Amino acid sequence: MAMPASSTARPRLRTPSAPQPPFPHHPGSAISIGHFSLAEITRLLRRAHLLNNEDPIERSKRLAKRRVALLFYEASTRTRTSFELAAKSLGMDTTLVSNLSSSIEKGESLKDTGLTLRALGAEAIILRHNASGAPYVLEQFTDLPVLNAGDGRHEHPSQALLDLLTMLAHLSPAHASGEAALTAESLKGVTVSIVGDILHSRVARSNLLLLPQLGAEVVLSGPPELLPEDAALIAPNVGVERNFELALQRSQVVMLLRIQSERLAGLNVDLDEYKTRYQLDERRLARLAPEAIVLHPGPIIRGLELTAAVADGPQSKILEQVHNGVRIRMALIERAFAALDAQGKGANQ
Amino acid sequence: MKPILIHGGRLLDPAAGVDAAKDLLLKDGRVAEIASPGKLKAPADAEVFDASGLVVAPGLVDIHVHLREPGQAHKETIASGTAAAAAGGFTSLAAMANTSPVNDSPEITRWMQAPERGAQVRVFPIVAATRGFKGEVINDYAALKAAGAVAVSDDGLPILKDGVMREALAAAARVGLAVIQHAEDTRMTEGCSMNAGPVAFKLGLRGMPSEAESQIVERDIRLVAELNELRPHYHVAHISTAAAMAAVRQARRNGLRVSCEVAPHHFLLTDEHVAEYNTHAKMCPPLRSAKDRDAMIEAILDGVVDCIATDHAPHAAHEKEVEFERAPNGITGLETSLGLCLEWLHHQWKMPLGRVIGLMSAQPAALLNLKGRGTLAVGSFADCVIFDPNAEWVFKAAESKSKSRNTPFDGWTMRGKVRWTISEGRVAYKN
Ligand SMILES: [Zn+2]
Repeated sequence: MAMPASSTARPRLRTPSAPQPPFPHHPGSAISIGHFSLAEITRLLRRAHLLNNEDPIERSKRLAKRRVALLFYEASTRTRTSFELAAKSLGMDTTLVSNLSSSIEKGESLKDTGLTLRALGAEAIILRHNASGAPYVLEQFTDLPVLNAGDGRHEHPSQALLDLLTMLAHLSPAHASGEAALTAESLKGVTVSIVGDILHSRVARSNLLLLPQLGAEVVLSGPPELLPEDAALIAPNVGVERNFELALQRSQVVMLLRIQSERLAGLNVDLDEYKTRYQLDERRLARLAPEAIVLHPGPIIRGLELTAAVADGPQSKILEQVHNGVRIRMALIERAFAALDAQGKGANQ
Repeated sequence: MKPILIHGGRLLDPAAGVDAAKDLLLKDGRVAEIASPGKLKAPADAEVFDASGLVVAPGLVDIHVHLREPGQAHKETIASGTAAAAAGGFTSLAAMANTSPVNDSPEITRWMQAPERGAQVRVFPIVAATRGFKGEVINDYAALKAAGAVAVSDDGLPILKDGVMREALAAAARVGLAVIQHAEDTRMTEGCSMNAGPVAFKLGLRGMPSEAESQIVERDIRLVAELNELRPHYHVAHISTAAAMAAVRQARRNGLRVSCEVAPHHFLLTDEHVAEYNTHAKMCPPLRSAKDRDAMIEAILDGVVDCIATDHAPHAAHEKEVEFERAPNGITGLETSLGLCLEWLHHQWKMPLGRVIGLMSAQPAALLNLKGRGTLAVGSFADCVIFDPNAEWVFKAAESKSKSRNTPFDGWTMRGKVRWTISEGRVAYKN
């Protein structure tokens, strides 16, 4: 068979290029982990370390009486408490506005709620929202620094930073304290597997944008219903391995994600089969990754994505993650207000 | 109305096969005379336009716009939408029926064309294919056609049921109207706000698979083939995927009466333009992959695409200033279509100017059988756009004549500046 003449093929035509990052953002905002340079992350880790070791009385003078609003459209005990403790440790006044206490006006737009909070004196807003991209809307219309505490399926940058801190504490302590500058090779040779419901996970997205920047290899594992092939295309050095045991075998870090059984039912994923294939139990862990650390953003469901023995075992760093969260969020809040103050100075000149 | 003499221009009338220096005399709303330069005598009361260095072309025809009246005048009115059209060089618009209430009656069809609407250019209503857009019972196409309908469509929604689509195609064929399909299998797109793929994954948004479009187009083409004795005319609105385009190509090779339109955003932009949740890059069908976008370009250059249509879909600012998933679908397009087509199809991709103008005038007019439109032959309507094909300009959404500003092309460099738009012998826009 003759091949079609290649002369009929058109030369590649020039087309309009898509908008390229960096997009303009408030320098104090933390919306996507992709907005942070390695130098900025190094600095955040150093500040987190120093703030954590600082005398609590001295620390509480740093942002005394400054105002931050926590705007929560979704329930979240862990993240909300962590941000709240971080703000209070810096001496701040916090206001919680949530849909659960029905303090969010019914039907009011996010833009108007944000403008109201700003008029009430909020200098920055910590936002948890069920819609992907909501922090961009809030930032655009309030011009305030927005700290993303989780938006839809999109991102959860403070979680990725505390995950990184926890990993570094075990793999490279000098990097964990921010003493050594992070580079594109800081996690070279490290394989992190992220397991479970990648599709619905904002934690997974933030981690898979961050870790390859440091040289880590990311292996995603889960059934196709929860892990589309597209996931591997959003960052370099990300692969999909459907066989959890093969992924585990290669990993120095195993990050498990929460499995919501009602979601599995909706996608026709059999719960027992899921557990058989993807549950991390002590036998698997001992046999395939006896040196690895186990992370989980919480809340965990014992007996589903992991067994109780693994959750409570020596390789589990889940509570360490929670603990590390407060200092990371102190550093993020401090960064937001430093940016605000720098802006204020600029405006006065 | 004074007669108008246009002299010194390059007359470009693809339907008549004319591309030459000619003068024109417009009188009583019609093209009265055409002659070689300097040969026409202007009547004493005539307005005289010097079109030296400019192209004189048939007024542009857009067969897919949403003018929002009746019912959503805060987004657009027939008066404001047609003013935007005139600024963009358009003199004929086919207005979709997803108004409030839906246009499924002769009364609304006539209301839209009434002089009280203040239209600056001609508006041709497209009426609902099914009662109340419910996709169940087809409307009385003969009565609607008598009231002025030029096609039937449930645009905004697809006609999903095989039986209903088959009935609509047959009934429309009997009265000589096209069925325009918004090809989206809504069973696959529930909760989706952009194209499926890596960009949607990264943004954490549910994505519409391209099959949601192509499978409807393929189903419809099967029905058209089955009904071929009636010669139904099936038109795919805003086609956006390589797979659907391949189906249309094949259908035409098979001699079926299948046509399609492409919107400028679908041959220029990709899902990467959603960037960080830009709601001005949200429409339905969504911006697709680069592969799909390239297939649109190729099909336009190959002549598979019948016309360019904007899918002009205005929305108020506050409606777009929300979370991406909550924002309504649609962008404005009437003031940017010619500038984008000239810049990209003609200047960048070297499509002859006459073909570009044909895609925007003669061909869409022929598709909907708009007699005397899309051409400047003597006796046809004095619908005319006079533009500088090479002038560069920057589109500023803030200066739009539309009531709405929801466009991804704000600040874009365009080519081809409209100087005059004349609708039935009356100057509708002048710059
Ligand atoms: Zn449509």
